[in-house]
Amino acid sequence: MTEVDKEPVKLVLYVAGETPKSLAAIRNLEKICSEHLAGKYKVEVVDLKKQPQLAREHGIVAIPTLVKELPVPIRKIIGDLSDTQKVLVHLSVEE
Amino acid sequence: MTEGITKSATGIDGFDDLTLGGLPTGRPSLVCGSAGCGKTLFASTFLFNGAKIYDEPGVFVTFEERPVDIIANVDSLGFDLQGLIDQSKIHIEHIEIDPSEVAEIGDYDLEALFLRLEFAVDQIGAKRIVLDTIESLFSAFSNPAILRAEIRRLFDWLKQKGLTAVITGERGDGTLTRQGLEEYVSDCVILLDHRVDNQISTRRLRIVKYRGTAHGTNEYPFLIDEDGFSVLPVSSLGLGHKVFEDRISTGVPDLDAMLTGGGFYRGSSILLTGVAGSGKSSLACMMADAACQRGERALYLSFEESEAQTVRNMKSIGTDLGKWLKSGQMRYIAARPTFYSLEMHLAIMLREINRFKPQLVVLDPISAFTDSADIAEVQAMLLRIVDYLKSNGITAVFTHLASVEQAQTDAGLSSIMDGWVLLLNREANGEFNRELYLLKARGISHSNQVREFVMSSSGIHLLEPYLGEGGALTGSARRNEEARARRAETERQTEVSRVQDQVAQRRRRARAQIEALNADIEADEAELNRLIRTEEIYQQQSRENAAALARGRGLDVSTGKKKQD
Repeated sequence: MTEVDKEPVKLVLYVAGETPKSLAAIRNLEKICSEHLAGKYKVEVVDLKKQPQLAREHGIVAIPTLVKELPVPIRKIIGDLSDTQKVLVHLSVEE
Repeated sequence: MTEGITKSATGIDGFDDLTLGGLPTGRPSLVCGSAGCGKTLFASTFLFNGAKIYDEPGVFVTFEERPVDIIANVDSLGFDLQGLIDQSKIHIEHIEIDPSEVAEIGDYDLEALFLRLEFAVDQIGAKRIVLDTIESLFSAFSNPAILRAEIRRLFDWLKQKGLTAVITGERGDGTLTRQGLEEYVSDCVILLDHRVDNQISTRRLRIVKYRGTAHGTNEYPFLIDEDGFSVLPVSSLGLGHKVFEDRISTGVPDLDAMLTGGGFYRGSSILLTGVAGSGKSSLACMMADAACQRGERALYLSFEESEAQTVRNMKSIGTDLGKWLKSGQMRYIAARPTFYSLEMHLAIMLREINRFKPQLVVLDPISAFTDSADIAEVQAMLLRIVDYLKSNGITAVFTHLASVEQAQTDAGLSSIMDGWVLLLNREANGEFNRELYLLKARGISHSNQVREFVMSSSGIHLLEPYLGEGGALTGSARRNEEARARRAETERQTEVSRVQDQVAQRRRRARAQIEALNADIEADEAELNRLIRTEEIYQQQSRENAAALARGRGLDVSTGKKKQD
């Protein structure tokens, strides 16, 4: 696990425009990151409305989708991330 | 019925005829069926033909198979999907969701799917789209309420985009699709079925619903083979058949001669019935051979014999079918009746006929079907094929094995046939003799004779029957009767010459008698003359004597008497 800790956590949040669900997801993610993953993360928000080809490229179907690209394995979380504990479990990151 | 809706041709053989044009343009159509029934193939054919023939680019959205697999699958059917992808006429969008790597936390929707579809559609200017199969989403996402709402939205979106869509769905228990997709698609629902009856599988297609248009409602068999997907609308075509005036030879001159005018009309349906070994197939082959000799094409559909066997057998009666087969004028297709279901047989026959475009088709024998299927179904199938052939002006020859010698077919076909040749094999005096009788020839006056049917190395001959006192005779009986007649004739001739001799003899004898009598008369006359002469001599003598006496007595001759007294 030490190796994993060294690597940066790269999170990509895919949204589609400024829908309530997208905005909620962005809000929730920011909250989780600042509260639980301070300094360990790198978040990127992608608006698929502007770059639809990225949805194809990354196999995104649902919105919003949070993808943890690093460290491997890739994990995907869909939904507005309203349950912080579940999000943390699925990202396999401890506080 | 509004005929206002426009349709997009699928390019699937038969399907477009059935739906009078294809699938509804700009609307989603649902294609459902159980696993392995050809849904994906139907969808990909629709898309491929759209891009290739109708210049309507399409997007194939696959939720299950990988694009490489789809390309490989249709490649075996001669569809160069990759080529069209390279030309940007088709795009395969693979929507892959691995539930194991996805967690659902909170509210979501499928907007990204929409964006992807929209992106793909806009990228190639797609007019057609296939979703195969959208039900996979139900296993990927755990919230059906969201999914249903999203699928409804998806179908609305497809309509709004004006895409002609094919959505496939797996058949469920008591419902058309497992997830009840039919409730979202209200325009056109097509059901594909793959049934096994009596261990024979048949694929069938049915249009469950097609809003706003007339369509065939029957179940239609369809084929998936090396040529892709083809539906066979084998409905009855009515009686608007073409009628021909010209006659075609049966290949047996003696049989032609029995039909006033020589042969049957072109486009007739001719039934050859007979018991086993009565020469049905041989006669059918002769007809096919005659067609080839006229420079026409003949299609021979055999359900019992193989090609090589038939060719060999026909050689024994002096007909070489091999050269026609080699030159491509004749095609021989052999398939056991149990190999396919009836519909499939019909479908294959119709397709072969369509492809080969023969002027004469032989089905040998149709009775083979009655063993493997219901009589009513066989009859319906044969009626369809007769109708089809007639409407195309193709002469049809059917052979039928009758178990007993009777003017009746199991399949009850007699009424739809124009010509009916009955081949008999009758036992008489310890031997079987083949006989042929023209039971029926519509529109042609024909001989009512039962002819003896003789097959030899010089072909088929129909011998005039011997019409003796005991009726028409055949075989040895005929030969016996002929010999007997010849003997009787000889006897009569002998009798005549005997009598002639007799008369001549008698005449000779009579002449001899006449001669003898004449000789008698001559002798008598000679005798008489002699007597007369003797008498004269005597008279003279006596006169001379008297004169001498008188002279001697010195008496006058004239007074001599007195002196004496």
